[in-house]
Amino acid sequence: MRPRRIHPGPGPARVRGPGPLDPAAGVHFPRPDDDDGEQDGPFVSTPILEMRSITKTFPGVVALSDVSLSVARGEIHAICGENGAGKSTLMKVLSGVYPHGSYSGEIRFEDHPVEFGNLRDSEAEGIVIIHQELALSPYLSIAENIFLNNEVKGPLGLIDWHKTNDEAAKLLARVGLRDNPTTRIMDIGVGKQQLVEIAKALSKRVKLLILDEPTAALNDEDSDHLLDLILHLKGQGITSIIISHKLNEIKKIADSVTVLRDGKTIETITHDEVTEDRIIKDMVGRDLAHRYPDHEPHIGDEVLRVENWTAHHPQDSSRVVVDDVSMNVRAGEIVGIAGLMGAGRTEFAMSLFGRSYGSRISGKVFKNGREIRTRTVAEAIGNGIAYATEDRKYYGLNLIESIKRNISIAALGKISRFGLVNDGEDFQIANEYRRSMNIKAPDVLVPTGKLSGGNQQKVVLSKWINASPDVLILDEPTRGIDVGAKYEIYTIINRLAAEGKAIVVISSEMPELIGICDRIYTLSEGRITGELPAADATPEALIKLMTMEKAR
Amino acid sequence: MSEPTTRTEEPEAGLAPPANRFTATLSHVVSDLGRNGIFIALVAVIALFSILTIRGGDSILLRPQNISNLIVQNGYILVLAIGMVLVIVAGHIDLSVGSVAAFIGAVSGVFIRDFGAPWWLAILLSLVVGAIVGAWQGFWIAFVGIPAFIVTLAGMLIFRGLALVVLGNANIGSFPEEYRAIGNGFTTDWFDTGLPLDPLTLVIGGVAVIGIVVQTWRARVARLQYAQEVEPVAWFVAKLVFAVVGVGLFTFALASFKGIPVTLIILAALVLIYGIIQNRSVFGRHIYAIGGNRHAAELSGIKTRQVDFWLFVNMGVLAALAGLIFTARLNLAGPKAGDGFELEAISAAFIGGAAVQGGVGTIGGAIIGGLIIGVLNNGMSILGIGIEWQQAVKGFVLLLAVAFDVFNKRRSGR
Repeated sequence: MRPRRIHPGPGPARVRGPGPLDPAAGVHFPRPDDDDGEQDGPFVSTPILEMRSITKTFPGVVALSDVSLSVARGEIHAICGENGAGKSTLMKVLSGVYPHGSYSGEIRFEDHPVEFGNLRDSEAEGIVIIHQELALSPYLSIAENIFLNNEVKGPLGLIDWHKTNDEAAKLLARVGLRDNPTTRIMDIGVGKQQLVEIAKALSKRVKLLILDEPTAALNDEDSDHLLDLILHLKGQGITSIIISHKLNEIKKIADSVTVLRDGKTIETITHDEVTEDRIIKDMVGRDLAHRYPDHEPHIGDEVLRVENWTAHHPQDSSRVVVDDVSMNVRAGEIVGIAGLMGAGRTEFAMSLFGRSYGSRISGKVFKNGREIRTRTVAEAIGNGIAYATEDRKYYGLNLIESIKRNISIAALGKISRFGLVNDGEDFQIANEYRRSMNIKAPDVLVPTGKLSGGNQQKVVLSKWINASPDVLILDEPTRGIDVGAKYEIYTIINRLAAEGKAIVVISSEMPELIGICDRIYTLSEGRITGELPAADATPEALIKLMTMEKAR
Repeated sequence: MSEPTTRTEEPEAGLAPPANRFTATLSHVVSDLGRNGIFIALVAVIALFSILTIRGGDSILLRPQNISNLIVQNGYILVLAIGMVLVIVAGHIDLSVGSVAAFIGAVSGVFIRDFGAPWWLAILLSLVVGAIVGAWQGFWIAFVGIPAFIVTLAGMLIFRGLALVVLGNANIGSFPEEYRAIGNGFTTDWFDTGLPLDPLTLVIGGVAVIGIVVQTWRARVARLQYAQEVEPVAWFVAKLVFAVVGVGLFTFALASFKGIPVTLIILAALVLIYGIIQNRSVFGRHIYAIGGNRHAAELSGIKTRQVDFWLFVNMGVLAALAGLIFTARLNLAGPKAGDGFELEAISAAFIGGAAVQGGVGTIGGAIIGGLIIGVLNNGMSILGIGIEWQQAVKGFVLLLAVAFDVFNKRRSGR
């Protein structure tokens, strides 16, 4: 048996106590004092992780195409890219969520090829992924969560609670938490929960820690603490991959940055070459020509104006999610709202649309110059506002019902008398939309769950057009849709604008907004940070406004 | 057939060679049978017990009197099943209907015995009390947001208790004849010709047959009009003949006993009304939309809370009606009335193809499910099978029916 190593760090790297442990564990850790790598000259250590020519396809979509990633031992490696660039897919390939065989290419970890069939396989090798949505059970204690499915057992196979809490306390100390391990998760804040996730990763003897948007839900103080901890863990020899939108954070802690765009690796930037401008250029640099149909605006009078719209988080009503937003849109105009995930785009739209999101909502809505009420969805629809959701499957469609019934559901009043629906008219309307929107289905009785994403989106749009609104708010109208169908959706949006409807498009794809909008608002941390005519909008200008943070 | 084809001898649609038409018809028959598996199951159960109950060349199950009894004995369960399937489609459940039925039976007894209310007023007031009970439960479910399982579990205890309170530990018996008619009456009570076959029943049965033929024909024509696919003529006619013969034999059986039971008239009216609500009304569309995806329904402007509320008001009225029919049939309002009704009604809905997650289920299916349970009860009783085995068999049938449904859905890739 290997003699126990003495760890010079603030706590032991191995925490599962004495016992016959995997002899490979920990032996590759570099000594903490050479974490910088550069003190001893150029960065020479072999990569801990190499992903070569990874290609992953879903039906109809190539999510990753020939992506390569090399992560040096002991570094903090950032992965950047727009939503949908393939970051999360790449991490799911790495962690075994997409098992070996469902992708092509090779993964080498610690100099040997690995073929993970599931998350447990990758965790056994010391690769732990912490998702943006934390995987903690709110009603269990910190200690119980840390050792969930990895319980500390006594001689009879029963849980040894003393040891569990004792080990948990040691792990908490390593991540800088002083809370009692028996505290329930729901009683600590999100920032601390994130630290518990990291403690959990440490309990699995993590060698490569993957953090997906770790600071997205954290306030500044918690973010700083978390970033310090990642640097501190680096000092203990733990390699980290961090996926983030926040460029200043990346600049602060990352040793190198790999940028993905459209499922391809653009480049890996190291050390001093890491600048925000270069990352932005890599993220957005693509050919914009011919991906968007021509659109000649005929802009009329103002239709919708929102003033000082503020909404708070539904559970935590002290947290401002939409912060004093004022905007307007005119007839025939396509207005974009650009913002990164978590900027409050959807929250703004849903709080506006019948208060479907949030608490303590305040602000005024005017239509054609008159103040209107939108306190319920029915009221909003009655006032000529429609909102097509970002999440078609959970909020937009009844997947077990037919195309026909989905299209008519928001405007049944139009085709009914005395509470009875005229089925023939219903058929006729559905068939008209099937033709005019080019919904690809044998007939209108097909359940919408059987349609492709693009056709589902056409059903959602049909439903709202059928409700004859004056204002259409479209939230990520082309998410998860292939290029051909995207073009069709853009054409439909143009047609609606030409008919004089006022259109608001929410999107995290900047080229899309630049390609189809007449005017673009940028949203960051719930606030409007800018307003640009499409002619002046460049991806660089937009992303700067989209990542603009509150003065610290 | 829009794309050019190399097979030049491909004939126009409708003029396909016999082999082709036969396979097309066959595939239609198979898919139809798969979709209507529950109806086939009912036919199979009836056939099985018809054979098992043959005594001296005569099937007891199929005797006119027994057929008439089958309807009357199961009427109140079928009434409950109609309301229950709508509740289940919206994604809820109602465990309280048995207790509510007992409570309303007792209340109607008090109206008649203690307040001397005429039979029609007693019935009307009882239905109103049922609506109030439903509104009470609907309030907690729709506006306070407590899951229906909890609210109606509480209701099960509350209204069983209140039934005992109202009865004051004694039965209420001997109701007026008009009241008893809703559970025991027949058309021959009023129009008795003394003939071996009741003419009124035959006329009504004949009207029903004509109605079925006209309605199915109109539906087919309408489908053709909207360029929908229709089933092959042979299969269409076969199904129609089967339906006409079935209704004809049923009419004949009723006509040769005492005519049409009043319970059946009530039931037929309910099936018609609720069939229209389910298929054609805005309210019905809203129920299915809510059950299929509550979030999407809310974001489509549907007032989900109101729909939930009125669903439970409706369930309360139907539970009251079931209680009245049961009380009328026994001519007695007792503390044990309605015991286990909720389970039979829920089973009927699930056997009839309703989905636990909501969004799926039909009134027709629930009626067929209820009839399957009814035939099982009746057939096993004739065979002298004890109550203990009857329970177990019904349990197995429920499990099998739902398992078959799950299997079917998985196979069709949903």
